[in-house]
Amino acid sequence: IPRMASGMQEKQYAPSLLSFFIYNPKFGPREGEEEKKILFYHPIEIEKNEKIRNVGLCEAIVQFTRTFCPTKPAKSLHTQKNRQFFHEPEENYWMVMVVRNPMVEKPNKDGKPPTVEYQEEEIIDSVYGSVLKQCYSMYKLFNGTFSRAFEAGGVELLTQKLEKFFYRYLQTLHLQSCDLLDVFGGISFFPLDKMTYLKIQSFVNRVEESLSLVKYTAFLYNDQLIWSGLEQDDMQILYKYLTTSLFPRHTEPELAGRDSPLRPEVAGNLLHYGRFLTGPANLKDPEAKFRFPKIFVNTEDSYEELHLIVYKAMSAAVCFMVNAAVDLSREFCEQLDSLVGPQLTLLASDICEQYNINRRISGPEKEPQFKFIYFNHMNLAEKSTIHMRKTASVSLTSVHPDLMKILGDINCDFARVDEDEEIIVKAMTDYWVVGKKSDQRELYVILNQKNANLIEVNEEVKRLCATQFNNIFFLD
Amino acid sequence: MSDEYYLELSENPVQFENASSVNNVFFDEANKQVFAVRSGGATGVVVKGPDDKSSVAFRMDDKGEVKCIKFSLGNKILAVQRTTKSVVLPDKRTLKLLKSQSINVNWYMYCPETAVLLLSTTVQGNVLQPFAFKSATVSKMSKFEIELPAVPKPAKLSLSERDIAVATIYDQLYVMYLKHHSRSTNSPGAEVVLYHLPREGTCRKTHVLKLNTTGKFALNVVDNLVVVHHQSSQTSLIYDIKLRELDGALNVHQPVLPARSINPYKIHLTGPAAAPSQAPVPCELYSSSWSVFQPDIIISASEGYLWYLQVKLQPTLNLLQDKGKLMDFLLRRRDCKMVILSVCSLMLTGGDKGNLSVVATVFDKLNQVYKEYLDAEQAYTAAMESGPSRSSTSYKRPVRTQAVIDQSDMYTHVLSDFTEKKGVKHKFIIAVLMEYIRSLNQFQIPVQHYLYELVIKTLVQHNLFYMLHQFLQYHVLSDSKPLACLLLSLESTYPPAHQLSLDMLKRLSTANDEIVEVLLSKQQVLGALRFIRSVGAHDNVSARKFLDAARQTNDTMLFYTIFRFFEQRNMRLRGNPGFSQGEHCEEHVAYFKQVFGENALMKQATA
Repeated sequence: IPRMASGMQEKQYAPSLLSFFIYNPKFGPREGEEEKKILFYHPIEIEKNEKIRNVGLCEAIVQFTRTFCPTKPAKSLHTQKNRQFFHEPEENYWMVMVVRNPMVEKPNKDGKPPTVEYQEEEIIDSVYGSVLKQCYSMYKLFNGTFSRAFEAGGVELLTQKLEKFFYRYLQTLHLQSCDLLDVFGGISFFPLDKMTYLKIQSFVNRVEESLSLVKYTAFLYNDQLIWSGLEQDDMQILYKYLTTSLFPRHTEPELAGRDSPLRPEVAGNLLHYGRFLTGPANLKDPEAKFRFPKIFVNTEDSYEELHLIVYKAMSAAVCFMVNAAVDLSREFCEQLDSLVGPQLTLLASDICEQYNINRRISGPEKEPQFKFIYFNHMNLAEKSTIHMRKTASVSLTSVHPDLMKILGDINCDFARVDEDEEIIVKAMTDYWVVGKKSDQRELYVILNQKNANLIEVNEEVKRLCATQFNNIFFLD
Repeated sequence: MSDEYYLELSENPVQFENASSVNNVFFDEANKQVFAVRSGGATGVVVKGPDDKSSVAFRMDDKGEVKCIKFSLGNKILAVQRTTKSVVLPDKRTLKLLKSQSINVNWYMYCPETAVLLLSTTVQGNVLQPFAFKSATVSKMSKFEIELPAVPKPAKLSLSERDIAVATIYDQLYVMYLKHHSRSTNSPGAEVVLYHLPREGTCRKTHVLKLNTTGKFALNVVDNLVVVHHQSSQTSLIYDIKLRELDGALNVHQPVLPARSINPYKIHLTGPAAAPSQAPVPCELYSSSWSVFQPDIIISASEGYLWYLQVKLQPTLNLLQDKGKLMDFLLRRRDCKMVILSVCSLMLTGGDKGNLSVVATVFDKLNQVYKEYLDAEQAYTAAMESGPSRSSTSYKRPVRTQAVIDQSDMYTHVLSDFTEKKGVKHKFIIAVLMEYIRSLNQFQIPVQHYLYELVIKTLVQHNLFYMLHQFLQYHVLSDSKPLACLLLSLESTYPPAHQLSLDMLKRLSTANDEIVEVLLSKQQVLGALRFIRSVGAHDNVSARKFLDAARQTNDTMLFYTIFRFFEQRNMRLRGNPGFSQGEHCEEHVAYFKQVFGENALMKQATA
C-alpha cells in the first residue's frame, strides 16, 4: 500500500508478504520427488519448479547453518529485496515466510523508470519471527499438530488442513503493522478489585459445577482477560484469536445499535443480554445449528480437542470449553443460555460499576501522560498506551514507525542478555526512548521532551514507575 | 430411626417419692423445687431442687391437708397453705401490705424468671392484666385482650389458665395462648398464638404457630424454641419464631421439623416393688399424669420424676433438607458449634454433594454471625480504650456464643480434613476454598494465613501453578511475609514464584531486609544495593554481607564496584574510606589488595 512521504512524488511501500510455505524434507528425500516435500505453498500460482527451488534453497541454508550450531540453525536470511524467516515448530516440519522489504520509489525526470530503494534494515527479525510462530500457534489451536494430522490421514489430510486454514489466515496477516507487541504476544488483563474478582471465580465455579460438560472456562471483560482455566500458552493464542478476530467481528453490529443489537432475552422472569458469539446466532431459530469451532489445547501432553463456546453479555465474554467428543445439543445450549445469561448480565453490570468506582477513586491524574509499553514475561501481562484499540485489520499506534523501530531494537538488545538493563536513546526526531528490563519485566517509554537532558529523562521515568508500577518489584 | 428423635428428657432427673394416697407432691416454679409431703408433713417433707444444695428434708405437724407449700428464695421462709384463704408461716413472722389493687380476678399466673404476674379479668376471662415486680415496687403494665376463637353466648369464663403460658423467648417476654380448634372458624387445627409483652408499651399479637391438628397439647420452651406436645399422637413439634417462612404472611409459622416423639426413656424401678437387678423399664411418655411447667420442665408425679426437656441438634441434619434453613435454625441454638461443623463437613464430603451455591449460602450465614461478633468485640475494645468511664453501662463485653464459627474452627474441623480427603475432585476443593474466602471478603473479615496456605498447598499438589499465579495477580491471597516466603519456597518448581514473592515483599514495604536477602541469594548484588539505596537504607546495611555475596559471584569487577561503594560510604559517614573493626571486612580488604593492588584502595582525602 503506497504511503505518501514528505517528498511529493516519493512512494513508500510497506513490508508485504511475498510467499509462505511449509515443507517436510522427509516426505521427498529422493531426487525427482522434491515436490512431495511441499505441503503448502502460497501464492499458489507459482510454478512448480520455482517452488522446488525455493524450498531447496531454504533446506540448504538450514543445513549449512547447522554446521555452525547444530541446535540453532538460521532463523532468518537477509537479502536486499526481502527477508526470509524459518521456523521448525515440529520435528522436520518447516515453515518459511518471505517478506518483501519496505521500499521507496523515487521518480526520475525525463521519463526514466523510477528508482527503487529497499530499506533492508527497517525490518526487525524478532517481530516477523514471532509473526511466523504465531501462524503456527493459531493453526495448531484450530487444527492440532501437523504430525497428528499426518498420522490420522497422511499427507493428503495434512495438506488439506493446511490449505483450508492458511488460505484465509494469510489474508489477515497485516505485515505492515506488526511491531513489538507481536514479539510479546501479551495478554491485557482487566484491572479489578478483589471482591469482584472473587465473585467471578464463584460464578465460574458454579457454572462448571452445574454444566459438568464444561471442562475449562475463560472470562474476559472489555476484551481483557480476567480468568483463564486454560494453561498460559493455550490462553495466549486463544486470547489473540478472540481479541483480533472473533470480538472485532462482533463489535461492528454492536456499535451500530446502542448497547446490544439484540433485545434482551427473558429466561424465567429474568431479563438478560446473553448471546452466543460462536454456535447458534439465535436460539429461537428452529433451523439453528449447534456447531462450535473446535480447538486443541495441551498438545504437549493430554492433547485435548474441545468445542469453543463463546458467550457474551454486555461487555463480559465467557469461553466455555467442552470435550469435542460430546455432541452439543439444543437442550444444552438452552440450558447454558438460561443459566449463564441472567448471571452474566448481572455480573457484567457489577464489574462495570466497580470499575467506574475504582476509576473515580484513583482519579484522572493517574491516567498516564506517558506513552509506554509494559510487558511481563511471567504472566504475559501487557499494557500499552501507544496502541489504540486493535481491530480485525490493523493495530493503530499513536507514534511514528521510526520510534516503534527503536523499541524493537532495544527489545532485541534485551533479549541478548539475562542481566537487568536500561537503555536510553535520543531519537532523530528529538524524542527520548527509554527501555528498562528488570527481572522478567520490560518497560519502554517514549518521552516528547526536546530540551530534557539524560538526568531529567531518567527522573521522569522513575516518576512513571512510582505512579504506574508502585505495586510490583521494579528495580530502578 | 433412633437418631430422629430431636427431643429428649434429661439424663439426670430429679427423683422424688411418687404421689400416692399418703404422699402429696407439690412443685414450686420459682425455686424449681418438688415437695413430697407425707401424711400432711407428719412423717416428713422432702424437698428436692434442681441440685443437691437446694434439697431439704424436715418434719412438720399434720394440721390438715396441705393445699400448697413453698419456700421463699434461698429456702429462708417456708409458707404452707391449708385452706383457700390462709397461708401459714411456721416461724412467727409478720407480713406487711405494701400495695393493693382492686380487680376482679378469675385466675392468676406468675412468671418467676421475669417477675411478671398475669391476672385474668372480665367475665370471659380473656382480658389479661400484667403486673411487673421490681425490687419492692409493683407496676401495672398495659392490659391486653386475648382473641377467643368464638364468643360464647351468654358470656361466660372462656379462657382457662391451662391454655396460657408465659415464657421468655429470645430475651423477650411472650404470653403463649393455646387456641383450640373451633368448628366455627375454618382453621384446620389448633394454633398457639404468641403475644409479645414488652416492658414498656402495649402487648401485641406477633406470632401464630400452626399446629395442624387438634387434641390436647402442652407447651414448653427450650433453647428459645417453642415445643408443643400433642398427647393423642404422642409426638411433639418445635417452632422457631425467628425462622421466617418464605410465603409466611404476618409471622405464621409451621413446625421446623416433622413431628417426632420424645426420645424413649427407661427408668429403674425402685422401692419395695423392685427387684435389685431388674432391667430398666420403658417410661410411658406423654402420660396423662405428666405435668408440664415453664420453661422446660416435665414432671411425672406418679413415677416420681422431674425432667428437663432438651433439644438434640444432631437429628435435625437429616430432618431438615434445606441447608440454608437448617443453618438459620442451628445458628440460634445454644450448643450448636459441633453440629454446625458437622453439617459443613457432610455438605462437602457426604454422599449428597452440596452444590456450590448451597455451600456459598451456608458460608455466608456463618460469616455473618462471625462478623457481627467481631464488630461487637471491636466496638467494645474501642470503647474501653477511649475510656471506660464515659459510658460504662452501655458496653458489655460481647458474649461469644457457640454460633460464632471462626476461621480456625472451619480450618480444624472442616476444611483441612476435606482437602485431604481422597476421591474429592480438586476442582471442587478449590472452588470450596475460594467460596469461603469470597464469603470472608464479602463480610470484610481478614483472612487468616493458614487458609491461603491450604489454597496454595492444594494448587501446588495438582500442579495448578497458573491458577495460583492468577489468584496472586488479583491479590486474592493477601500479601504477607509468611506468604511471600512460602512463594519463595516454590521457586524451584515454579520459577515465576520468585517474581510474585518479590512483588509481595515490595508491597508490604516493611520487608526491605528480606528483599535484600532474596536478591543476594540470587547473586544479584548490584540489584540489592540499588534497591536498598532506592529506599534510602544504604547507610545501615552490613558491608560484609554485600562483599561476601560479591565474592561468591567470582566476578572481580562486581566485587570492585561493591567494595568501592562501601569505601565511599565510609568516607561519607566517617571521613575515612577504611572499614571499621566492627564491620569484619578485613578478609575482603586483603582480597581487594591482592587482586587490584594496594594502590587501588581509596585514598583518604588530604587537606
